[in-house]
Amino acid sequence: MNRQVSRLSLWLLLAPFLLWILLLVLVPHLQMLRVSFQVRESWDTLEWGLSQYRNFFTESYYWRTFVRTGVMSLFTTFLTLLVAFPVAWYIAKLARGRSKGFLFLACLIPFWASELVRTYGWMILLRESGVFSAALQALGWADGPVEMLYNDIAVIVGLVYNGLLFMVVPLVTTLEGMDDTLVEAGYDLGGGHLTVLREVVVPWAMPGIVSGCIVVFMLTLGSYLTPILMGGKDSAWFTQQIFTQFITRFNWEQGAALGVLLLVLSSLMVWLGLRLTGQSLRKVMG
Amino acid sequence: MTQESDLSCQGLVRRFGAHTAVDHVSLDVPAGAFFSILGPSGCGKTTLLRLLAGFDRPDEGEIRIRGQRMNEVPPNRRPVNMVFQHLALFPTMTVGDNIAYGLKRQKVPAAERRRRVAEVLEQVGLPGLADRNPQELSGGQRQRVALARCLVLRPTLLLLDEPLGALDLKLREQMKVELKHLQKAFGTTFVYITHDQSEAMVMSDQVAVMRAGRFEQVASPEQLYREPATPFVAGFVGDNNRLSGELVGLDAGLADVRLPDGTRVRGRLAGEAPAKGAPVALFVRPEALVLAGEALRPDYATVRTEVRTTLFDGANSRVEVRHGDQTLYARLPQDGSAPRLTEGSTLYLAWDPALARVFALGEP
Amino acid sequence: MIRSVPRSRGFDGLYLAYMVAFFLYLALPLAVTAVFAFNDAPFPSLPWEGFTLDWYLANGEHGRTGLFHDDTLLSALWTSTRVAFWVTVVSVALGCANAVLFERLEFRGKEFLYLLMLLPLVIPGVILGVSILVFYSGLANEASRLWGIELDLFRPGLPLVVMGQVAFIGTLATLVIAARLRKFDRQLEEAALNLGATPVVAWFTVTLPWLMPSIFGAAAMAFLMSFENFNTTVMLTGSDTPLTVALFNRLREGSTPVLNAVALLLMLASALLAFAVLGRGRARNG
Repeated sequence: MNRQVSRLSLWLLLAPFLLWILLLVLVPHLQMLRVSFQVRESWDTLEWGLSQYRNFFTESYYWRTFVRTGVMSLFTTFLTLLVAFPVAWYIAKLARGRSKGFLFLACLIPFWASELVRTYGWMILLRESGVFSAALQALGWADGPVEMLYNDIAVIVGLVYNGLLFMVVPLVTTLEGMDDTLVEAGYDLGGGHLTVLREVVVPWAMPGIVSGCIVVFMLTLGSYLTPILMGGKDSAWFTQQIFTQFITRFNWEQGAALGVLLLVLSSLMVWLGLRLTGQSLRKVMG
Repeated sequence: MTQESDLSCQGLVRRFGAHTAVDHVSLDVPAGAFFSILGPSGCGKTTLLRLLAGFDRPDEGEIRIRGQRMNEVPPNRRPVNMVFQHLALFPTMTVGDNIAYGLKRQKVPAAERRRRVAEVLEQVGLPGLADRNPQELSGGQRQRVALARCLVLRPTLLLLDEPLGALDLKLREQMKVELKHLQKAFGTTFVYITHDQSEAMVMSDQVAVMRAGRFEQVASPEQLYREPATPFVAGFVGDNNRLSGELVGLDAGLADVRLPDGTRVRGRLAGEAPAKGAPVALFVRPEALVLAGEALRPDYATVRTEVRTTLFDGANSRVEVRHGDQTLYARLPQDGSAPRLTEGSTLYLAWDPALARVFALGEP
Repeated sequence: MIRSVPRSRGFDGLYLAYMVAFFLYLALPLAVTAVFAFNDAPFPSLPWEGFTLDWYLANGEHGRTGLFHDDTLLSALWTSTRVAFWVTVVSVALGCANAVLFERLEFRGKEFLYLLMLLPLVIPGVILGVSILVFYSGLANEASRLWGIELDLFRPGLPLVVMGQVAFIGTLATLVIAARLRKFDRQLEEAALNLGATPVVAWFTVTLPWLMPSIFGAAAMAFLMSFENFNTTVMLTGSDTPLTVALFNRLREGSTPVLNAVALLLMLASALLAFAVLGRGRARNG
């Protein structure tokens, strides 16, 4: 009887999970994969084919944007790590008592606003009629309005800004778990700053680094608002092309194929990141 | 099975795969007794306690509480309460709510609940702490809250799972005595499990020494100490010296033992007499060893040893010596009577054969 | 690097300067956004023309329409609230069930299902939206074409938005609640049984109160994430536009201080929500 009760509770708890993961995640993605291989001959006839994928490789606009998005996302992730690490270190190891909690909360503040609001804030700061431009003119460092928006650097500034929280939090968590005496032992045994950082701190923080990098990379790769609002005419982002196919061209087959490609790229990068650092998804995320 | 016993178990068995954690254990605890189960970690004592509390079912055997069969009764319906190893005080409730938890489940009215909570807090020496959070209390206070939470329900049987383990040494000594007083004051039957022999010895009326799922001996603390029934009990309960040798003769209950270097010593034989030449172990306690310049009395057994070092520890000071390749410890009296001992010097140790126990080896 | 290891004064000064610069970088976009909500000028840019509440209160008479008279934005705000409410309810319920499933039960394939549960974290939000659109809208199209049944539920609209957001917010809620459940001492439940509680009563009197802070935390997080989401939402909205989408459309027409007004309001609401949850947590931990 006891066994029956536990079987019943297992199925009762398994049911919502399976419904969720199947109906909202797995099946839709499989369908997207299927659609990406369908070629629309006329309004009601479909054939199997690779023409969407052929389009991707023959139209240089597609794959150039694809490569550009990937490379810029990697660069943004790396930059975010560089910016966030000293901050996380300060919060985890140098700040004490109240200031520690306060600094940690301060890191979270920007995320009380949505990506749209944050991007909007950067637009107000950077554009021709923006605050920075006005400040430069007031200081006499510029003769006329300076346009700082609509270029790749602006996009990266905005993307790093969006990713910071997701880098700082896992880093602080893992660094807090590190015993200070490990660092002391590193110095005691004759290590210098860089040796201790490389041999002791970074290996210890690896799960946090990988976790932060994966999340930031995913967010950057899949971001839409920041590149589209802050980027210039020729700084296209791959998500933009997916939107275009779905929203303006109603070409779902092409859109699905581009979506599959983006998913493959992100999965590949996550898998590579985990392999190269010897971490597992469960350890890093769960 | 006696009618007065609060708890009686017959042939309890609990297996986990190929491992038998509890192996045909039978026990009888008279009403109002303080009964301890003493054993090293992994001996199955926690499993046994969980069987009694109802968190686990025995594969064989029967548990009776006041004559009622308990095997099929779920834990929440047994007249048994438990003080957990880490106390398991509910962190989301105040001390008062913790203690009232069981009363609430029994649908005791609120006014009565409050009265009984206040009463039991008084009894365990924590009056007026009902509104505090358990996290704000000291280790000893939390201990008492855990106890009060059970005692307020007036259980037939209280199970305690090494509750003193988390306390520091000084507090532990204090709580031992206090626990014994509380048990007498409430008159509840306690079943206490521990790996700390001093806890078991100080508090209990009866101690069961458990090893590898079985009871080795059930006896009063004094009897365990003076007349251990097995070599394991002799080695586990109290400090003891062990000398291996072989049996050469037997005379009026006294065994004549030849040590590897040929020295002949004697001690009381425990259990059945083995054949001559059988391997035996002789146990003699450090305080039974007399430091003798030469043999004190002719009927004493004497061994010649070499001094290794002295271990000063106040009243518990000892000297470590070697006899062949066997290490012995003898108590050093701190009244000035002990001789000056230098490393490597020769020391004769003697004992009254009646105070030494000899066990036949070969059986576990 | 840590306090016990000697550092030079210059290094300390540099480090401190870096931290100050970092927090300026974090605060600046939000600060300017908030400030320009009160500038008495038709564009959110310098110079400062004086303080006004027009961007909240103006009723359109002088060519300015404040947020509280802007029906489009107000109805978008209401739409977002409705969506966020349902996303929160479903995600938290799902999170509780999943947490118990993965932390308490043992069954075959648990490791694999856990990885599936983490999957939505490594799928870009755009792709989640696209796949759900392709699957459900496709389903509705097919049903209409083949059998003449109209499955409006599956057309782009609020139900689809909720489904898309639950797909990934469900994972986050699960992680938050499971982390708390993992720290639960199971002896507490045994203690409750031992004191006479039935398993169901033990769950509601001991385990659930323990989980409560994480349930509130997960709910606040789910609500904010839903409210702020753009990437998944934009693919799935129908005629009712949620706030982020409405703001985006407005922003493409050109920026007005009304956007700043909305942004500030959102920041304040998020901050209040965050403080409420934090305050609760702190009160509980004594």
